[in-house]
Amino acid sequence: MAIPIQYNIRNLKLRRSATIMTALGIALTVTTAIFNMALLAGLNAAFRSSGDPLNVLVLRKGATAELTAGGVDRDALPIMRELPGVGRDPQGQALVSGEDLLVIVLPRRDGSGDANVTVRFMTPLGIEMRPEVKLLPGGRWFTPGQREITISKAVHERFGQTNIGDTMWIGKGAWTVVGMFDAGGTGHDSEIWGDINQLAADFDRVTYNSVLIRGTDAVATDALKNRVSDDQRLKLSGMLETEYWARQTNSGAPIKYVGTIVGIIMAIGSCFAAMNTMYAAVAYRSREIATLRVIGFSRPSILTSFVLESLLLSLLGALIGIVLMLPFNGMATGTNNFVTFSEAVFSLRMTPGVVGAALLFALVMGLFGGIAPAWHAAKREILASLRD
Amino acid sequence: MTLTRFVTKNAFRNKRRSLLTLLSIGFSLLLLTVMMTVWRAFYMSNGSAESAQRLIVRHKVSLAQFMPISYRERIRSIPGVKQVVHETWFGGQYKDDKPENFFAQFGTDPQELFKVYTEFQIPDDQLEAWQRDRAGCVVDAQLAKKHGWQVGDKLHIKGQIFPFDLELTIRGIYTAPDPTESIYFNNTYLDEGYPRLKGRVGFFGVLADSPEHVAGIVQAIEEMFRNSDYPVKAESEKAFNLDWIAMMGNVKAFILSICGAVVFATLLVSANTMAMSIRERTREVALLKTLGFTRGTVLMLFVAESVSLAAAGGLLGSIGASFLVYVMSRAPQMSLMLSGVRANPSTVLTAVLIGGLVGAVSSFVPAYNASRRNIVEGLRHIG
Repeated sequence: MAIPIQYNIRNLKLRRSATIMTALGIALTVTTAIFNMALLAGLNAAFRSSGDPLNVLVLRKGATAELTAGGVDRDALPIMRELPGVGRDPQGQALVSGEDLLVIVLPRRDGSGDANVTVRFMTPLGIEMRPEVKLLPGGRWFTPGQREITISKAVHERFGQTNIGDTMWIGKGAWTVVGMFDAGGTGHDSEIWGDINQLAADFDRVTYNSVLIRGTDAVATDALKNRVSDDQRLKLSGMLETEYWARQTNSGAPIKYVGTIVGIIMAIGSCFAAMNTMYAAVAYRSREIATLRVIGFSRPSILTSFVLESLLLSLLGALIGIVLMLPFNGMATGTNNFVTFSEAVFSLRMTPGVVGAALLFALVMGLFGGIAPAWHAAKREILASLRD
Repeated sequence: MTLTRFVTKNAFRNKRRSLLTLLSIGFSLLLLTVMMTVWRAFYMSNGSAESAQRLIVRHKVSLAQFMPISYRERIRSIPGVKQVVHETWFGGQYKDDKPENFFAQFGTDPQELFKVYTEFQIPDDQLEAWQRDRAGCVVDAQLAKKHGWQVGDKLHIKGQIFPFDLELTIRGIYTAPDPTESIYFNNTYLDEGYPRLKGRVGFFGVLADSPEHVAGIVQAIEEMFRNSDYPVKAESEKAFNLDWIAMMGNVKAFILSICGAVVFATLLVSANTMAMSIRERTREVALLKTLGFTRGTVLMLFVAESVSLAAAGGLLGSIGASFLVYVMSRAPQMSLMLSGVRANPSTVLTAVLIGGLVGAVSSFVPAYNASRRNIVEGLRHIG
C-alpha cells in the first residue's frame, strides 16, 4: 500500500525553512538553465523562421555566406529573369532581386561599445518579395535613388543613431533613416535596408552579393535551385532561402557550450544540497518511519514516498525558477553571427519546450538527490530505528 | 582539547552531511572560479608585454572593408612606430566546417610579420624558406601538433570569402607563448589569386617603440586618415580583442549574473546545513554554557565551523576549476576566446575567501539564536 502524498506535503510544510532554502537553491539552478535554453530557443527561432520556402538564394559557387568577395555578376540577372518557373508580380516583373550586403559599425544604446550591423541594399522588388517584413506606421520605405534607409525596430532598440531623421555615414555619404520595419523575429530583424543603385554608385560595385529568386510553386522552386547551380554560364549555386538561414543557427555554439557546462555544474551542486536536506528529513523522522513499517507499510512504499518527497521539493524549486524567469521572456538581446560577422538580434523565448525541459531538469535533480536517502530510509531495521 | 580541535571535530561529526555540503559548495564555487578566471582574462589582464606595445589599424566601418596597402608606409612614418605589417583575413575552410577544423588564415608579408609579432619564435632557415616561397605558409606549433602537420606538408584551404582556394606548403612552424590558432601565408598569393583585391589589405599590425606611446600613435593614425576615402580605426591590441568579445553579446552581465546566482546558492546550502546541525545540538549548546562557555564563544564556535566547511569547499572547487578552465580553453567552440587562459593563485584565493565569507554570513543567524537560547529550555529540548 502506498503512503498518501499528503504525508510528504505536510512534512515539507513542517520543515519550512529547510524546504524553502533547498527549493530556492534548485530554483536558482533552474533559472540559469532556463535563461540559457531561452537564449538558444530565441536564436533558433530567429534563424529557423527566416526565409520563404519559395525563395531561392543564389551565391557565387563555393560561397557559403552573402558577405563574400566576388559575388554574382550583374549580367547574370537577365539570364535568371528568363528562367522557367520564376514568379512574377502583378505588373509582370520577374521576382528576381539582386542584393548587396555591407557591415557598418553602430554604437550600442547600453553604452557597451560598438557592434557590427548588417545593411542590405536592394530595389523595392526585394521588399515585395519579403511580405513577412512589415513597415511600421510613422515611417516609409527608402526611396530609390536617394541616400535613405529603413531600419528594423530591433536594431533601433539596441543601437544609437537610429531614430527617424538621424543620419549615418555609409560609404561616401550620410544616409537618412526614414522608417522602421518589423521582421517578426526573423533574421531580417538584425538588418538595415537601403537602395542598391545608390550604393553601387557610391562604391563602384560591379557585382551583387546575392540574388533572391521567387519560384511560382514548390516544384518550380526546387527546379530553379538546381537549374541555377547547373547553368555553366552562371558559375553560381542556388539554395533554398530557408536552408541558408537555418545553417546560421550554429552561431549559438559558444552559448550552448558555456550554458551546458554551467547548467551541469550547478545541477550537481543542487543535487548534493537536495540530498543533504533529504538525509536530514530521513534522520529526523527515523522513529516515524519505523512506526510506518510497524503499521504495515512495505519497504518499497517507504522508498517511493521519500523519492516522491524529493521530487515534490525539486518541482517546487522548478516552479519558483520558472516564475522568476517570466519577466525576462521576450527580452531582446544579440550575439555575433559567425556567418555575417555582425550582430544577430533576437529575443529570449520561454517556449513550452524550454519550460518542459526545465521541469524535467529539476525532476532529474530531485530524483538523484532523493534516491539515496530514500534507500537509506527503507533499509533501516525497525527495532534499531525505534530505539533511536 | 583545544577550541580549534573542537571545531574541526564538530565540522565532521556527521560525515555524510559534511561531505555533501562540501561537495555542494565546492561545485558552486568551482563555477564561480571559472567565471572569475574568464572575467580576469577578458577584462583585467593587459596581455603580454609585447601585446601592450602593439596596435591594430582597420577600416573604420568594419573589418570586412579593405584599405590601400600604401597606408603601411604612411603609418611607418609616424614617430614612435617601429614596425608595420599588413594582414588579410582569408576565412577559408580546412577539410570541413567542423569547429575543430577551424583556424585563422592570414595573408601577410613574410619579411615583416615576425618583426611585429616579436614573441613568435621560428628557426631562421624555416623563415627564409617561407620568404622564398610565395605559396608557402607558417603554422602555429600547437595547431601543427593538433593536425599532425610537418614542414613540407601541403594544405588545401577552400576559399569561402574569396572565390579561389589556397594550395599552401608548410615552410615553417612558429611557437607563440599563447596558442594563436593561426596560419600565415604570403599575401602575394592573395593578390595574384584574386586580382580585384590587389593593393588592398584587411588590417595592419603596428609595433610601437614603447607601451606609453600606443595612445599617442592611435590618435596620430586616426587623424592622418580622417578625411581620406578609407578612414581607419586604430586601437590597442587589447581593445581590439575586447571588441571581439563584446560581439558575443553582453558577456559582462552574463558572467555577473551567474556569479550572483552561484554565491546566493552557496549561501542557501551553507545556511541550510548549519541550521540543521545547530538544531540537532541544542542540548549540547546548553551543556556548553553550563560548563561556563560564554555566548560569544558559542557563537564563534559555530561560525568557525561553518567558515571552515565553506572555505574548504572553496578550495576544492577552485582546484576543480583550474582543471575545467584548462579543458574549456582547448574546446573548439571556445578556441580563440579562451586560448591560453589559466586559473591563477589570486583567483583561487578569492574563491576560498568568498567561501569563508559565505560560511560566516550563513551561520550567523542560527548560531546567534543558539547562543541566546535559555539554558534550561535548551536542556529540555527534544530532537
